[in-house]
Parts: sequence; C-alpha cells; structure tokens
Amino acid sequence: MEIRRKAQAGTMQSSDMMVFVEPAQELTIEIESTVVKQFGHLIRQRIEGKLQQLDVRSGRIRVSDRGALDYAIDARVETAIARAAEE
Amino acid sequence: MANDEFSLRRSLLYVPGNMPSMLQNVPLFHCDAVFIDLEDAVPLNEKDAARILVSRFIATYTQRNKEVFVRINALDTPWGHEDLCRVLPARPDGIRLPKADTPEIVERLDTLLTEMEEELNVAIGTFKIIPSIESALGVINAIKIARCSSRVIALAFGAEDYTASMEIERTKGGEELFHARARVLWAAKAAGIQAIDTIFADVGDMASFRTEVALVKNLGFTGKSLVNPRQIDVVHEVFAPQKDEIDYAIQVIEAIVRARKMGTGVIALNGKMVDAPVVKRAARVIRTAVSQGMLDYQLDDEVIYGTH
Repeated sequence: MEIRRKAQAGTMQSSDMMVFVEPAQELTIEIESTVVKQFGHLIRQRIEGKLQQLDVRSGRIRVSDRGALDYAIDARVETAIARAAEE
Repeated sequence: MANDEFSLRRSLLYVPGNMPSMLQNVPLFHCDAVFIDLEDAVPLNEKDAARILVSRFIATYTQRNKEVFVRINALDTPWGHEDLCRVLPARPDGIRLPKADTPEIVERLDTLLTEMEEELNVAIGTFKIIPSIESALGVINAIKIARCSSRVIALAFGAEDYTASMEIERTKGGEELFHARARVLWAAKAAGIQAIDTIFADVGDMASFRTEVALVKNLGFTGKSLVNPRQIDVVHEVFAPQKDEIDYAIQVIEAIVRARKMGTGVIALNGKMVDAPVVKRAARVIRTAVSQGMLDYQLDDEVIYGTH
C-alpha cells in the first residue's frame, strides 16, 4: 500500500496508541512511548513487521504509544495506512 | 444447538469495539458471553478502525473462556457488510444482529454467514445469530424470527430502541415493556431457544437493577445483556437456584421415583401434589444447579419422563 496523504488512527487512551502517517521519500518511524526504554525496540519491530506485511516502502510514521499490546499496534498501524492509501 | 459447554448464557456483557483497554479485559470478565460492539458504541468516523481492532483482538483470543459475539452494524447501513467481512475470519462465535425487525433481515444474514463459512472453509452453521428484537415491528415478528434459521440460538430484547420506536419513555419499573417481553419470551420458548433481556443503563442503581433481574428471571428470560462488569455478579446471584429450591427439587425427583415404583405418576410431597409438570420444573432446577457447578447429580430422562 502507498501512503498518499496524511492520516491518523487510534486514541490517547491507555492501552492504545495514536499513529500519524504522511507521505515522504524515505521510510522513517518515530516512537514516543511511556514505556519506550523497556519496549521501544519491540514496538518498532512490531510496526516494521506490519508495514512490511502491508508493503509500505516509504512514508513518515509517528506513533504516540500508551501501552498498546501487539494486536492493538497492528490494528492502529493498519487503520492509519488504509486511511492514508485512500484516493 | 451451540456447543453445550457454553449453553449457559446468563450474563452477556457489552464491550465497546474501539477501546483496547476494555477489549483486552474480555478474558478476565467472568460473564458467560460478551457482545463486542461495532454499532452504537463506535462513532461513524471510527467504524473502519473498530472493525480492524476487534478482528485483531478476537484472532488473538484463542483460549476462549466465554462466548464472543460481535454486534455488527445493521445490514442496511454502509458498514454492516464490511463488519462481517472483517470480523468473521477471526472466528467469533456469532453475530448479534441489531434491528432484526423481520425474518427476511435475519435470513439475509444467514445467507451471508453461509457464504463466508464456505470461503473460510469452516462447517456450515459455525457462526450463530442472536437477533435483537428492538422495535414494534420486531416484537410483532418475533415468532417468525425465532424460527427462521437454525443459527438463531436466542432472541435478545432491546428496550432502549423499542421504547424509542414506541415513542414512550422507559421507566425503572418497566411496566411499559411487559407485552413486548412476554411476546419475545413466547417466541423463544416456542422455538426452543434462549431469551435474553435488555440492558439496564443506570449502573449506579444496583437495587433497581437487582429487582429487574429478578423480574425477568421469573418471567422466563435465560439471561441479560449488561453494560458494566459490576452487573455480572448480581445476575449470577439472582439466576442461581437457591439452596432450598435445589433441596426441594431433589425431594420431588425422589418422590416421583417412589411413585413410579408404585405404578402411579402422581404423589403427594409435604401435602402438595407432584406430577409431570412439577417434575419437569424440578429437573430444570437440578440441571441449572449442575451446570453452575452447585450440585453433582446424575439425572436421566427416564427419571423425568418415566419408562415407556
């Protein structure tokens, strides 16, 4: 999928995350999290895996995490990308 | 019928579909079933997000300790069909169908479920349906709706939308709901399926809630839709057979066994007549107690109905 426009998904509630995506030349992922020290690398891995699965090769991805579990990370990234891929 | 293991459906808790903090507590709630909600609890601009989140959650919840139903958006909305397409591959136990006003609406869902089952390569009939009877039209059609598909395992009464369709206020006494509740019950009992009562929205008023639960249990409902986990215990307490009820039921069974040995189908117990309907009710109390782990008792059909 291709990031064609700015989009976001998720909420700032606990156990959730906000995902912001926008078109860019390179693929970059920025993570802000209450648990970034312990879990930042795992969150990044999860997001990278999901982006790969969705065949997203470029775009600026920013997430603001509130302790989302894997299924919620997957869902919010997928939703943000789907919204950004719409014409 | 559904998997026997799950046939107890006293407490059915609504969980909003777009809140991870609530969704991931589903395994911890001690209710009998959940209704994960994609309909009224989800704003229009989050319908896409909620169905993705819910399908991801259900897919991870493989060690089920309760039944999982998804309340989709009505099939005549822009979201209902897509809800099904996204959520069914995650294998919920069934669908709670809002605005099930006519048997045709339920039959349409039945057809869609069959198509999805073929596509997913699962047995036909895997996905169950709980139609929401929540309008005057739905109440009128309840009898046909209860029988229109073998997937329909229960009718769920929805008083909030029903009172709206009647242009009346809902009261705590619930007098305005009597006829509708009775008709939903007749429809369900005649079809041999379960009947689930409506939600009680005032979570702070536990006394009125308990009164309502007792009322609907006495009317014949087998369970109740809930809006808050705090309501679960009250339902279980009220629906549990009382100790004296269980003791009496056992006495009834023992009495009828004695009667049959004497070649009769009727006997007096503590001065009260015991015959076939009394025995059936006693058997139901015993089976309920056994299913809730309150009693260890082997009850054969032969004891209830006699030998041929």
